[in-house]
This record gives sequence, structure tokens and C-alpha cells, in this order.
Amino acid sequence: MKARVFVTLKSGVLDPQGKAIQHALEGLGFGGVNDVRAGKLIELDLAEGTSQDDIEAMCRKLLANTVIENYRIEAVG
Amino acid sequence: MKSAVIVFPGSNCDRDLAVAFEAVSGKKPEMVWHRETELPDGLDLIGVPGGFSYGDYLRSGAMAARSPVMRAVAQAAERGAFVLGVCNGFQVLTESGLLPGALMRNAGIHFVCRDVELTVENSQSAFTSRYEAGERITVPVAHHDGNYVADAETLDRLEGEGRVAFRYAESVNGSARNIAGILNKGGNVLGMMPHPERVIEKAHGRTDGRRLFEGLTGSLLTRA
Repeated sequence: MKARVFVTLKSGVLDPQGKAIQHALEGLGFGGVNDVRAGKLIELDLAEGTSQDDIEAMCRKLLANTVIENYRIEAVG
Repeated sequence: MKSAVIVFPGSNCDRDLAVAFEAVSGKKPEMVWHRETELPDGLDLIGVPGGFSYGDYLRSGAMAARSPVMRAVAQAAERGAFVLGVCNGFQVLTESGLLPGALMRNAGIHFVCRDVELTVENSQSAFTSRYEAGERITVPVAHHDGNYVADAETLDRLEGEGRVAFRYAESVNGSARNIAGILNKGGNVLGMMPHPERVIEKAHGRTDGRRLFEGLTGSLLTRA
């Protein structure tokens, strides 16, 4: 089974990389880009029957730093 | 002084830290690979060095912080051993929960590699005992992810409890309150982004960092 974990910065945490991307988009001529925040996608290929609890634990214990990041789990297939 | 330096895959400042420990204490530290589950007995001081452990993959220091050896480091800290985390080592200590907050990408985006001025905030801890409170020192930094963040409550607590050890005299990387180094509640664990081990001898051009290590050896001599 596969799961996708989206790790994003908590709102209020400064994202200078997002800002740099915003400026680069503007530099390419895309007006109206109000804000950009960049996160991560982690794709997990897991043994069948891996529990939601286990995936949550993976997120809390390693994949996301919950001091500064949120995570969202998507089961795929 | 019995000391050790932890080595992770990708650490590259472990030998410099070992040289500093030996230069000031007269005794070579033991180099401990991250896979070890036990540390040598009776360690007085453990160094968590700078570098790019695990290539800074996922987050700087994140995977190193979950290495088998870190449980032993936490236990040693619990029983009062000194733990000094420098640069990537500071990142490892925040990721492992031994220190609060987190280190993020520098606010200016660039990797910063230069001498910076620091204020030694107080001389209460063993690490800062050979400095004067408010003293200015110059120490090099070399990092991409040195931006210290923590919520307001944590920052206030650190300030209120005198646990900010070093502060940048001017903004270097956007760190909250220009915090460059912090202590744990017990005062025996210090994490700092600047590299004191790079300024300990005349050949370095500066020796401002030497007194941090002398403070530690001095404290150990006076310990019961």
C-alpha cells in the first residue's frame, strides 16, 4: 500500500525559500502571485496492513518536526 | 577530563572539536560512531560536532538525532555530563529534544560563512564561566540553516531563566532575538551555531573560543 505525506510549514513560520520562489515567478512575468510557501511530499511504499497509527507515528517521530511543521497523510490505493 | 565526540555519517567538524577538547584538557577524546548504543563510562563532556550529518536530508540533524547513540547522550546529559553541540550539533540537539526550538533556513537564504560578533550574555554556566557577562567575542559561522525559531513563550522562558548563552551582535541569519546559543534547564547542555573550536589557538588568528573549553575543564576541577 502506498501513502503520501505532505509536510508543510506552520503558518506564521517564516519561509524564505517560498519568498525566493515568489520573486522568481514574478521575475518570469507572472503577476498576481501573492504568496508562496514550499513544503515536502514524502511517498511511502508500505507493507499491506500498515496501520494509520503507525503512519501517524512515522510523521510525528521523524517525517515532520512538529515544532515548525504540520503533516497530512493521504492513503493512495 | 574524560570526553567523547560523536561522529555521524557526514559530520566533518568532529576532528576540530576533538583537537579543541585535547588542547585544553590534555586528554584525547574518544570518537564515538553514531551506531554505538553505549558511551564510555564516566564521561564528563560529550561533543556533538558540526558538518552535514546525513547530508542534511529531510531536515538538518533530524536523522542524526534519531541515531542509536543519542539515547546514551540524553542519559549522560540527564546525569549531569556536559554536552556541547556546535552548528549541526546544535541542530541535532534541538531535533532530539535536548534543547527547545528549531533551526531553520537562514532568513537571507544564503549560506553564511564569516566571522561574527557575539555577546556572551552571562557568565553563569560552565561554558561561559571564563567570559565576562556582556563581553563581545568574534567567532566564525558557516551555516545555511542557523535561523533559531521557537514560540514566544519558549523565547521568554529562555531569556527569563538566563539560558541564552550567546547572542549575535547584529542579525546574521534572522534568528529570533538574535539568539546564537542556548542552554538547557540544567545548564549542562549548550547548543550554538558559531564554531568556537575554530578560534582556540594563535594559528587560528583569534582565540576567543578557547575560554569556552577552559570554562568546562575549570568547572570539572571544582566539581565535588
